[in-house]
Amino acid sequence: MALLNRDPNSPVVWNGELPITNRYTYGLAGEKFFRTLKDEGRILGTHCPHCDQTYVPAAIFCERCLAKLDDWVDVGTSGEVNTFTFLQVNLNGSPLEKPEIIAFVRFGDGGLIHRLGEITPDQVEIGMMVQAVFKPSSERIGSILDIDYFKPV
Amino acid sequence: MGMRKVAVVGAGMTKFVRRAQETPKELSWEAAHMALESCEMTMDDIEAVCLGTAPDAFDGIHMNGEYLSDGAGAWRKPYMRSYVGGGTGVFVPIQGWYHIASGLFDVVMVVAEEKMSSYYPHAQAAFLTIFDHTTERPLKPNLLWIFAMEMNRYMTTYGISKADIAQVAVLHKRNAADHPCALLGDADITLDDILKSEVLAWPVQRLDVSPVSDGAVAVILAAEHVAKRITDKPVWIEGVGWHLDTGYWTNRDLAYPRYVEYAARMAYDMAGIKEPRKEIHIVEPYDPFDYKALHHLEGLQLAERGKAPELYSDGTASRTGNMPVCPSGGLLGVGNPIAAAGLMKIAELFWQLRGEAGARQVPGQPRRGLAQAWGDLMQVGTVVIMGR
Amino acid sequence: MTANIKEFPGISLNEQDFADGKILYNFDKLNGLYAWDTGIGIGSYLASLKNGVILGSHCKTCRKVVVPPRTICEWCFRPMDEFVPLKDTGIVNTFSLCYVTWDVQRIKDPEIPAVIDIDGASPMHGIMHMLGDVDPQEVKIGMRVQAVWKPTSERKGSINDIQYFKPIEEK
Repeated sequence: MALLNRDPNSPVVWNGELPITNRYTYGLAGEKFFRTLKDEGRILGTHCPHCDQTYVPAAIFCERCLAKLDDWVDVGTSGEVNTFTFLQVNLNGSPLEKPEIIAFVRFGDGGLIHRLGEITPDQVEIGMMVQAVFKPSSERIGSILDIDYFKPV
Repeated sequence: MGMRKVAVVGAGMTKFVRRAQETPKELSWEAAHMALESCEMTMDDIEAVCLGTAPDAFDGIHMNGEYLSDGAGAWRKPYMRSYVGGGTGVFVPIQGWYHIASGLFDVVMVVAEEKMSSYYPHAQAAFLTIFDHTTERPLKPNLLWIFAMEMNRYMTTYGISKADIAQVAVLHKRNAADHPCALLGDADITLDDILKSEVLAWPVQRLDVSPVSDGAVAVILAAEHVAKRITDKPVWIEGVGWHLDTGYWTNRDLAYPRYVEYAARMAYDMAGIKEPRKEIHIVEPYDPFDYKALHHLEGLQLAERGKAPELYSDGTASRTGNMPVCPSGGLLGVGNPIAAAGLMKIAELFWQLRGEAGARQVPGQPRRGLAQAWGDLMQVGTVVIMGR
Repeated sequence: MTANIKEFPGISLNEQDFADGKILYNFDKLNGLYAWDTGIGIGSYLASLKNGVILGSHCKTCRKVVVPPRTICEWCFRPMDEFVPLKDTGIVNTFSLCYVTWDVQRIKDPEIPAVIDIDGASPMHGIMHMLGDVDPQEVKIGMRVQAVWKPTSERKGSINDIQYFKPIEEK
């Protein structure tokens, strides 16, 4: 048979899967950031005096000058909506019943990506202030989802 | 050849641990920060960053190199990632080297990082991805198979015994007892301990293998005119070589790593070395398994085929011998975070050739060292020769 | 400089730290499902296995017969000249007795993976497969082995259409 032609009897597809499970530690900065979220319902950032940047979520080093950061600041629980989008489909492509609103909320010189709630799509505006709504402290586990969603101030 | 001289001027590393608390970014930062402090430089001095890290599958993070880049100081800088499995540790400094040798940059930071422990429950399972998905994975292989089979072939071809090979593990683990970052250093380990350890995949036993580890290493490379301003003991990169063999590993002679030979010849040529056994004072071959150190020493032309064990039995390989092998303790003693392990050897040679290796120091003011790494599916050889 | 540094960075954890909740962490499971095209070379290899034949390919310029078959010769970088059916016997090039599974479980009776140089292919050219029907302590490099196939009706066009290789009885 001509070598570069497919053999009509060959199976065309081979199926397989990649079994990957990861257990991620939160790291040195994450440990403090998420514990504070969990135990105190506060959002923390770290400030680099040399570059005058406040990193949120908190980091133990400044990505610009690589200095060690130990100046922790409380950045409050309200921030400005820097940008947003409406999700219409699930991960597998099937339609969502009602659109989910995802926004990037500014804190310090960084911010958090999260859901917006208690708001309809037509009310969302870039620049509006939103406030974090935390889960009851008994339900918090030390995760970004300890914040349930952000609502308009 | 029109290439500029490049030196290593600073180095830093984290401890190699079984399970680090730091995130991968934090590990890279710790090593990068330490490397900068070691030569009193700042990020303003660094013009480009080269980073090496192993399969994204371990971390479950896509584009792992770019993800780590902020921990390596690559914010708003020219950045490249290289990856050749375990060979990365010696490949990424080669990448850093040509950034400078070509004249494009004067100062480059090279970082290699690995966090294998996040793969749950055991990082070994991630290696399933190394096998061909259609012709090999249906057999449910594990990484130990390839090494065990290569070890068996090597032993049988040359008539080498397990005891001959176990000497390597003993020497390296004893050496590592003097390395502050080592995971498995043991000053009192004996041949018997190795030979009595649990058989995993005959002929490989538990103490023949280096463990899964987390860690990061960073070095700073500089062009000649900059290097001379920063330190009065620059360590020059005199030769580099790298070579890839076929991915069809069952179609090769497993008893001899020809890809290491070709990489070594490229490096020896560049460094002007005619008699490697006489001109190389310290050698750090890649030793994820004890027999691999022997295998590679032969590929590096530092021993005749099948004769590498003699370097250990006659004392040549010990720190006080004629050609010390792995004075750092190698992967067997310090640990094996895949990409970072090779760069650890470069850092070791940096410290050794400057007389700064403390308890591990090879006596007699060694002037030339060779670091070698290997990776992928028994495919790649990477070699760097450093000298004062 | 390592001589001068007192403390290297890096914080080591053990399993108890996780169990005790001393540090925060989370789990994530990726759902990677793949459908790979078998391609021309391997596709023909699999079709051939379904028919009970191990296929190789031949490059006349390099005078090599390789297995598994590829369409391009990786030495001279030209297309291979032809597919070549090989024998289903061979010689054990190397083997191991493995007491741990791919997900690090201990097993009592070892699995015996081996590289088998297939008869008909160039020397030192073979495939990885398992050995079976043999006492692990009797396996030797250089042993002659024979493929044991699944019954025709059970073959799907897969490397597992060969169950394992077993020693050929020397007459």
